[in-house]
Amino acid sequence: MSTVIDSGDADRLDAAWWIDRIVKVLVFAGGISAIVFILGIFAFVTKEGFGFVLKDMDVVEFFTSPNWRPTSDTKPTHGILALLAGTASITGFAMLISVPFSLGAAIYIGEFATGKTRETLKVLVEMLAAIPSVVWGFIGLSIMNPLIIDLFDVPVGLCMLNAGLILGLMAAPIMTTIAEDALKAVPDGYREAAEAMGATRWQVIWKVVIPAAKNGLVAAVLLGVGRGFGETMAVLMASGHSINMPEGVFDPVRALTATIAAELGETVAGDTHYQALFTLGILLFAVTFVINLTADLVVRGIRKK
Amino acid sequence: MVATSTTSKVSVRDLTIRYGQNAVLRNASFEIPENEIFGIIGPAGSGKTSFLRALNRMDEFTPGMSVDGSITLDGKDVQTWRNLYALRRRIGVVFPLPVGLPLSVYGNVALSPRLRGMKRPDLDDIVERCLRRAALWDEVKDRLDALGSLLSGGQQQRLTIARALSQEPDLLLLDEFSIAVDPVTTMRIEDVLKELKKEVTIVLVTNLVQQARRLASRTAFFLNGECVEVGETEELFTGTVQDQRTRDYVEGRFG
Repeated sequence: MSTVIDSGDADRLDAAWWIDRIVKVLVFAGGISAIVFILGIFAFVTKEGFGFVLKDMDVVEFFTSPNWRPTSDTKPTHGILALLAGTASITGFAMLISVPFSLGAAIYIGEFATGKTRETLKVLVEMLAAIPSVVWGFIGLSIMNPLIIDLFDVPVGLCMLNAGLILGLMAAPIMTTIAEDALKAVPDGYREAAEAMGATRWQVIWKVVIPAAKNGLVAAVLLGVGRGFGETMAVLMASGHSINMPEGVFDPVRALTATIAAELGETVAGDTHYQALFTLGILLFAVTFVINLTADLVVRGIRKK
Repeated sequence: MVATSTTSKVSVRDLTIRYGQNAVLRNASFEIPENEIFGIIGPAGSGKTSFLRALNRMDEFTPGMSVDGSITLDGKDVQTWRNLYALRRRIGVVFPLPVGLPLSVYGNVALSPRLRGMKRPDLDDIVERCLRRAALWDEVKDRLDALGSLLSGGQQQRLTIARALSQEPDLLLLDEFSIAVDPVTTMRIEDVLKELKKEVTIVLVTNLVQQARRLASRTAFFLNGECVEVGETEELFTGTVQDQRTRDYVEGRFG
């Protein structure tokens, strides 16, 4: 007779059963806590800012006035148009630089580079993505600033151009990494089939790989945009931080995020200025949420097919 | 292209294919005559697919793969073609598992002509002609804009054949095309191939010996990287074989 394997009683709860149960609870707690935290932050930001939205905010002024003077003794105004324009222009400029750069880098790393080159580049790009934003801000302040003054003969180098360049360089590594993942997700069979048809390397990439990776690439760009919108420190340091409707790339501008960071410390908790800054927070939260949601929906689009 | 006096489409001379140090095909020499189906049979790992890859120089992008000896197409050594892409355009390939590119049915078949700069309405003509030749037109003519990957497995395989034909190849390589295809579709594709051989030289790699028997005029038997025997297909099955291993394989005693 061979040994009979004990397959267990129907009602006896063994160690494996308990471990499974415990792990399930822990994983659930981990997953749910992310949601709890994000809701908590949202609730907090909303609570702090809502007093302003209900009481003091003049909606038309808020969105159409370029005058952000919350500390004026005579007549405080809370117009965010200049701040929005600052954030949008810096982000837009950053995308102009980082999208071609990072997509190019992703195509090179994903499609052309092989072996050691590829691995080295991947590690380097990931290291670039890990550089703290204050370091980028420092580069903007101490390297780009004099460089821009010298090159373009302008009085100040802290401007939209500077902040946009810095932000573009910051966003590029993340976009590169995500875009490269999207390219890698394209099955090699596609490449092989197209190559066997006599397509050149570039035709394979342009006609087959990029269309197949389209959603992932769009998501990469959107995440870069989200990053640009939300970035604070580097923008604060490089943009010049003066309230201004930008008319050219050498104009100093101020971003929404930088405004919150710079002014929150001067406010009295609960006063109108404080609440107005939190309203900016709500706005930023909403915008980045929409961008990330769009990116997520676009990525989901890949899987449906 | 240089026209040669022989009727050989492809001549293989002392062909050795290695991946790193590991030779997967050694000293193979045989001729593939024009406008007929040439079968290659043999168990897995015998070097059949590697031979196809060497033929259209897919080794170029396979690290570690090296090819010695020569394969000539229409009398010209494929290694000496300066425009690799022109060589590959002349050779259609059908892979074991259908690879529907992430394009519409139309887009799949139109891809190769498009890459060569062809525009509508010529494109419409060539798409219809290739789909008809691959016996797929009637099934897909109302949904040319649907994604190719939404077709059934058998339809996708015929789509890849149509796509290969859209290159207007004079050599068509089929690598175990029936692996993912039901028997009825296999028979339909086999009928298609019998038609096609009037215009195109076909190399049919298969591990179904009966398929080679049904289709191929001549057949090569590969075993463990050795080209054991090449001959008239019927000879291999019924006549005298030079090597007992061939007889054993075609009669299903191993492999």
